[in-house]
Amino acid sequence: MRIAEISRAVTKALFAVGLAAGMVLAPSLSLAQTAAPAAATVAAPAPAASPAPVASTAAADAYVPMRPTPGKGQPIPGAIGFQDQYSPIGKEALRMHDALLMPIITVVSLLVLFLLIYVVGRFNRRANPVASKTSHNTVIEVVWTLLPVLILVVIAVPSIRLLAHQYKAPPKGALTVKVTGYQWYWGYTYPDNGGFEVISNILPPGEATKHGEQEQLAVDNRMVVPAGEDIRLQTTGSDVIHSFSVPSLWFKLDAVPGRINEKVLHIDEPGVYYGQCTELCGVRHGYMPIVVEALPRPKFEAWVKAQGGTVGAPASATPKTAAAAPAKTGA
Amino acid sequence: MATIPADHEGFDAHGHDAHDHKPSFFARWFMSTNHKDIGTLYLIFAIFAGVVGGAVSGIMRAELAHPGIQYLGHVAAFLGEKNPSFDQQLHLWNVLITAHGLIMVFFMVMPALIGGFGNWFVPIMIGAPDMAFPRMNNISFWLTFVGFCSLMMSAFVPGGVGNGAGTGWTVYAPLSTNGSPGPAVDFAIFSLHLAGAGSILGAINFITTIFNMRAPGMTLHKMPLFVWSVLVTAFLLLLALPVLAAAITMLITDRNFGTTFFDPAGGGDPILYQHLFWFFGHPEVYIMILPGFGIISQIISTFSKKPVFGYLGMAYAMVAIGVVGFVVWAHHMYVTGLDVDTKMYFTAATMVIAVPTGIKIFSWIATMWGGSIEFKSPMVWAIGFIFLFTIGGVTGVVLSNGGIDDNLHGTYYVVAHFHYVLSLGAVTSLFAGFYYWFPKMSGRWHSEFLSNLQFAFFFVGVNLLFFPMHFLGLQGMPRRYPDYAPAFEHWNTLATDGYMIMSVSIVIFFINIAYAFTFGRKAEANCWGEGATTLEWTLSSPPPFHQFETLPVIDTAAAH
Repeated sequence: MRIAEISRAVTKALFAVGLAAGMVLAPSLSLAQTAAPAAATVAAPAPAASPAPVASTAAADAYVPMRPTPGKGQPIPGAIGFQDQYSPIGKEALRMHDALLMPIITVVSLLVLFLLIYVVGRFNRRANPVASKTSHNTVIEVVWTLLPVLILVVIAVPSIRLLAHQYKAPPKGALTVKVTGYQWYWGYTYPDNGGFEVISNILPPGEATKHGEQEQLAVDNRMVVPAGEDIRLQTTGSDVIHSFSVPSLWFKLDAVPGRINEKVLHIDEPGVYYGQCTELCGVRHGYMPIVVEALPRPKFEAWVKAQGGTVGAPASATPKTAAAAPAKTGA
Repeated sequence: MATIPADHEGFDAHGHDAHDHKPSFFARWFMSTNHKDIGTLYLIFAIFAGVVGGAVSGIMRAELAHPGIQYLGHVAAFLGEKNPSFDQQLHLWNVLITAHGLIMVFFMVMPALIGGFGNWFVPIMIGAPDMAFPRMNNISFWLTFVGFCSLMMSAFVPGGVGNGAGTGWTVYAPLSTNGSPGPAVDFAIFSLHLAGAGSILGAINFITTIFNMRAPGMTLHKMPLFVWSVLVTAFLLLLALPVLAAAITMLITDRNFGTTFFDPAGGGDPILYQHLFWFFGHPEVYIMILPGFGIISQIISTFSKKPVFGYLGMAYAMVAIGVVGFVVWAHHMYVTGLDVDTKMYFTAATMVIAVPTGIKIFSWIATMWGGSIEFKSPMVWAIGFIFLFTIGGVTGVVLSNGGIDDNLHGTYYVVAHFHYVLSLGAVTSLFAGFYYWFPKMSGRWHSEFLSNLQFAFFFVGVNLLFFPMHFLGLQGMPRRYPDYAPAFEHWNTLATDGYMIMSVSIVIFFINIAYAFTFGRKAEANCWGEGATTLEWTLSSPPPFHQFETLPVIDTAAAH
């Protein structure tokens, strides 16, 4: 009876993936269908005793939270693999996992299983009443030492390359977003845009489904970033260690008190991407989800202005005069 | 030998009837200096702790069967919290995951493998009358026992919002320092101090025993592989546990005496704690699996009726795993913001461990190759071990890649991985060893049928329980969550079904023990026949209270 359920789930998953692929082709379409109430005015609910961010009462055409595309940027019921990837590093890593690691570990597991079944069938007491006394064979011992070494070298080369790519430095002028983990919500600061901070809390139970989002994953105020460019993402913790993780962007970085960790985040296309805190941080560890909304640059800038922020030069644009801005701005 | 002169000489004078002179009940079990009695105490203790830790995971699986919080409130009320608030229920969740981890690691797997089987069979296998320091052996056990009591007490004193320590078994600062007011975390840390001290003393005892008390002719390269595995494990314990002790002592002083080792506000660093913890923590996972390797080697050889294939390779593969195990710790910290070069080093070093592990897997299969295999109960468990451990091993290779771990870190994929090597690996080896040596230890036969039935339930149960966790992790479900998005429900429900099947196997285990002690026939000295060549099979079942009063002489031409 389980088999039937599993196959149904896999079918569902495949369907959802197909649907997501369709939606990817028409992102603007998914933007247009937004029906969620404008949540530009912000109040930090329930657990967090945090200061409300710069509230905004912008014009009616201002930012409206994007409705998520089914199956994109979020877990899919019954799925058995990684989420689809929407960043270059995610695509490279996913390729390495699916095309290299999975085949190798599957073959190794099946080889061991086959050998076990073979010896059990061939060398049981009935089939082979007299045991041999062989206990050494130098050649085969050398072979099964060197063969794994070779396999590991084959894995290590793309693995090290992947690590190198993940540590690409952000380009000059890249937008900086500073992520702060609090017990138990996230704060997103935009130092290049006037330094306002967006406080992001989980939606109360029952709210998420109203907006077409999954329970436990939806927040009141999202981290909004421009799509299609490198972003310098910095993480820090204000109280204990949290971890900023978005599976569909292949991004995970601990938010450690007293430290600022930095890594490039590049989101290929507009969309809503969900994640959760992945370092045990106390009572409501399971209740501080992450929602990243990637928008085309102009819409992002409109959002920044709606938050009361300023828009400087985007990456590789005209230099900004203000010396007060960190060295990131300006070409 | 200075520790036991009176008894020893006294019994020698009486000759071989001396084993009748057992101490009275209290002296025998509470002031024990006999390695077999202490081993029995360890095994009983480990089974008890395993039931507690398993019950805790049962509560966790019940809670995770469906989204929402269903049972935590009732459990909190049962544990004495009046009208537990939502936050108190969530705190209880963190207490449960912490307790499950600490109990299973420190009070189930380690006491059973090292304290239980190690104490019972290391002296016998090397032809020694007892451990080198019998009284230290006794205090090792009672320190472990008191450590367990301290951990249990922590569940009933305040630890923040509710009772108990909710820091995870890793006890990361600053959650365990500023983040957890109340004495619960202090009790938990003290528990680790006690259990750690017990293990260090035990390790010293094993190293001394193995180096100094081998019977004439029993050279290091003739020792059974189980003894080798305990020797390597003892060195890992001796080198790793003091680092843990230092780290958690610093936690204690940070918590109570105003130091700031791990507090950035005073110039400390939370990541320093993680380095110290995992410098202990990574060898610790080999501490939990190496004795299992040794047990499996003995069993495979016995029931294939062949000596272990590539004995020296097997012994030094364990030494290699032990050595390399000390230089790979930061693969537990890939997402803490490590430098890229550091990450590359730890990726490469971690992968290296697959090589000696592969040697072991292939050598076990080669031992069976050409053998005349009898599928007695321990052998069934041992073959199951090889396959399950392989699956846990290959997912370890996936996780060793720092770039891949960036997505999988802290997810259920990791949970699946370490349960395949521990819950399915180490625990399977425990059951294999238990059925292998149970007739020897008790003098009674267990039921082969019940053991096989237990294996069937266990194998199906744990695979249903842990295999879907790979899928959950790949989809991004984080660890240590009491509640989850609806998309994760499917595999979680299946995992809980698996838990129920697995728990049936544990019931069968206890029925089997009860059967053995009531109806079990008497076990002969060598109950497994021609393949069982190690020294324990030359003794009666159960062995005399004091064995080898005249040291056995090992035939230098004999196989290992």
